Amino acid sequence: MGAAHSASEEVRELEGKTGFSSDQIEQLHRRFKQLSGDQPTIRKENFNNVPDLELNPIRSKIVRAFFDNRNLRKGSSGLADEINFEDFLTIMSYFRPIDTTMDEEQVELSRKEKLRFLFHMYDSDSDGRITLEEYRNVVEELLSGNPHIEKESARSIADGAMMEAASVCMGQMIWQGIDIETKMHVRFLNMETMALCH
Amino acid sequence: MALQMLVTFSPWNCLLLLVALECSEASSDLNESANSTAQYAPNAWFAAASSEPDERISVFELDYDYVQIPYEVTLWILLASLAKIGFHLYRRLPGLMPESCLLILVGALVGGIIFGTDHKSPPVMDSSIYFLYLLPPIVLEGGYFMPTRPFFENIGSILWWAVLGALINALGIGLSLYFICQVKAFGLGDVNLLQNLLFGSLISAVDPVAVLAVFEEARVNEQLYMMIFGEALLNDGITVVLYNMLIAFTKMHKFEDIEPVDILAGCARFVIVGLGGVLFGIVFGFISAFITRFTQNISAIEPLIVFMFSYLSYLAAETLYLSGILAITACAVTMKKYVEENVSQTSYTTIKYFMKMLSSVSETLIFIFMGVSTVGKNHEWNWAFICFTLAFCQIWRAISVFALFYISNQFRTFPFSIKDQCIIFYSGVRGAGSFSLAFLLPLSLFPRKKMFVTATLVVIYFTVFIQGITIGPLVRYLDVKKTNKKESINEELHIRLMDHLKAGIEDVCGHWSHYQVRDKFKKFDHRYLRKILIRKNLPKSSIVSLYKKLEMKQAIEMVETGILSSTAFSIPHQAQRIQGIKRLSPEDVESIRDILTSNMYQVRQRTLSYNKYNLKPQTSEKQAKEILIRRQNTLRQSMRKGHSLPWGKPAGTKNVRYLSFPYGNPQSAGRDTRAAEFSDDDSSDPGSPSIMFSALSRIGSLQKQEAQEIIPMKSLHRGRKAFSSGYQRNTSQEEYLGGVRRVALRPKPLFHAVDEEGESGGESEGKASLVEVQSRWTADRGHSRDHNRSHSPLLQKK
Repeated sequence: MGAAHSASEEVRELEGKTGFSSDQIEQLHRRFKQLSGDQPTIRKENFNNVPDLELNPIRSKIVRAFFDNRNLRKGSSGLADEINFEDFLTIMSYFRPIDTTMDEEQVELSRKEKLRFLFHMYDSDSDGRITLEEYRNVVEELLSGNPHIEKESARSIADGAMMEAASVCMGQMIWQGIDIETKMHVRFLNMETMALCH
Repeated sequence: MALQMLVTFSPWNCLLLLVALECSEASSDLNESANSTAQYAPNAWFAAASSEPDERISVFELDYDYVQIPYEVTLWILLASLAKIGFHLYRRLPGLMPESCLLILVGALVGGIIFGTDHKSPPVMDSSIYFLYLLPPIVLEGGYFMPTRPFFENIGSILWWAVLGALINALGIGLSLYFICQVKAFGLGDVNLLQNLLFGSLISAVDPVAVLAVFEEARVNEQLYMMIFGEALLNDGITVVLYNMLIAFTKMHKFEDIEPVDILAGCARFVIVGLGGVLFGIVFGFISAFITRFTQNISAIEPLIVFMFSYLSYLAAETLYLSGILAITACAVTMKKYVEENVSQTSYTTIKYFMKMLSSVSETLIFIFMGVSTVGKNHEWNWAFICFTLAFCQIWRAISVFALFYISNQFRTFPFSIKDQCIIFYSGVRGAGSFSLAFLLPLSLFPRKKMFVTATLVVIYFTVFIQGITIGPLVRYLDVKKTNKKESINEELHIRLMDHLKAGIEDVCGHWSHYQVRDKFKKFDHRYLRKILIRKNLPKSSIVSLYKKLEMKQAIEMVETGILSSTAFSIPHQAQRIQGIKRLSPEDVESIRDILTSNMYQVRQRTLSYNKYNLKPQTSEKQAKEILIRRQNTLRQSMRKGHSLPWGKPAGTKNVRYLSFPYGNPQSAGRDTRAAEFSDDDSSDPGSPSIMFSALSRIGSLQKQEAQEIIPMKSLHRGRKAFSSGYQRNTSQEEYLGGVRRVALRPKPLFHAVDEEGESGGESEGKASLVEVQSRWTADRGHSRDHNRSHSPLLQKK
């Protein structure tokens, strides 16, 4: 009884912090355990257990994002070695869909959070700015699947994109006009359905 | 384009038509003359001959009756195939209408010819032939090509929809028609309830897979695909079970004899028939998988085993009056996974193609029969019945779709939107199944059989043509909500990045599959089933076997078509990259945008791609292929430019084909100073790997660590035969992709087909650039050990 009680308290705490429902937390916890092999923390190697991720061109960035201290709100730079469940949830919370019940301010806040996450993905050296080199790196990764594009072309594309944005601000990136609310979310499973499926 | 199609179409078909006409005329003449003298044709010959006193040996004789049946059947199939060729020549046509349309037209054409020439069509289709020979291949193909993972993920919804949908449709249509028949004005009073129910069951057999190709381009989501696929798969089985049950009921003559007990028994029978069939199928599937484990040395009989066991499962189930269709489906599904791993590459291809061929032949024949029946005198047109049939088909399908999905949406993870439901509703296209069942109604029990047949034909024609042709535009209309605004380069990049990110996160949180159940099954599978059913010494990862197949295919393709096109695409202001920032002109922006849209690594599509009439590569194959291409082409590119090397371009280096160094024979490539240096190091042994290593030792800029990491590659080459080993390469792939423990495999000869690889460009720098690439790769990626392993294929490619 005591164990269950403290567990549900934890859950409620996490609910408050990350905004997930308790069912979602439970399901994500199960997934976390699967990934970590029943350990309390996940390391980078554990992400190898997700076979589909291998085919993703920005895999390294994604995995890195999980360990980025800025995303984990633990500091302004550097990478953590391992993350626990709470950190895992924190990262996942960036991908919660925009709730229609939220008010203007919250929507704006949520949008900013998501933007910041993306920004951190681009800004690999954590200096708060995306340089041309970093942007080139991103473009290269995105194009890495294609046989016809040479490295030169990738660089030129990055330069072109940078120059487009340069009309607004020299050397830095401004994010405009991207429908980030609708694009950057993942529907987390509805718990009742999972229960039935077992 | 249409003209082109017609042009190709016409000469062949004119020829065929002429031949057909002549034969039919000849045979009808023969028949007349034969009938005038005797009853049997051979006897007629003799009679005619003996009646003439002077018997000559005729130089040229015509005996058409002997070959009539196979001859005509072959002609029909050939005609349909030619029509299909023409259909696909005009590239836009397959996207406009389903191929069933084409087959029906061909059938109608043949029917017209036969009718016009008053030729008696050979009785090829009767009940036993249909159920024993024509139906199994169609069902087998459906079951074999079903994508298993999405199917089992959605199995709850699929069963719910398919079973209940079929039942609701059948009973609904039957009952409504019965009430219509009660209306005296329509003159249908003699059609009783059972007959109506039977008609309802056979008319509710849909064949929606035929329309899948039409809206494939609209990228219908995976769930929707699976619902339609699953429905098609199970629908046949359920309909036939219902049909047989109701025929049995009809044979009980009097309607009053049927008591509730019988109806209950009927329901119980329904369940037993279904489940029993599935059980039979699974058992036979396991047996055949087990047997293929031992067929290494006689791989020629592997397809035979696969087909015979599937067919046997069908027949065995039919013996016990269980559902043969469900049996053969279950057999195919069970067998597929293990058989694919056990059989050789060629058997695998053979099985796939033969299955497609058989099913397409069956379907063609059925459609031809449909055409023959259309054009003829066997019709009874009853306006009321036919119109109401059409109306009720649509109404009841709509009712069943919306009601059932409303309920199942409460339980589903991803509810189907109204749009999806509309698409499912509209894809209720009938096909060959309905017609066959109508055609085979026993005339004794159904005095108004002709009316049923006519009504069925009308429904089929209507749904196939009208619904089939309009469903494409409808789906595209429903789906297209995105505005085609011109996006800037930035937006394009960011959106793509977000898509990839989203896909990645979804993978991490295990979005797309119920990992729990799947994992349990996989564990069970690994521990017990695979040990029994799969050959020893096979790679334990499906990715590896996929690579095995892909590499061979790739190699073969490269031989056949030359190099994969490797046009170096250069952007105009590439040279000025270093000269500081320059404003992009609109054309440049445009060109960049084009490059981006066409070249960015595709976000993994979650959509399936099933085509009933063609074999298309699976999505996983495409992805793996992309990786392959990526790997190979990076190397090829680096072969072409080697300017980052410390010693610059060598003069007159021609065709240092790292690939074409045959074993122990360094003379094959053009010699230049560097090649001479390299080959001097190692004259007798495998040229390429040691060349790699010696080149490495000269490059000071490379870190020692990387050099040492590449050297362990050599251990893999020991024991290698003259041709490189596909398996070893796959080992490396396996490690590259999954970090799985290395499997010791015996090498298998790979197709020595890679001579063209190094041909592109004259300034290949051979080994050194390869090394540079490797170092670049190791620097890029984190797992240096794994990725060095991934380069072993280069070294092995000879």
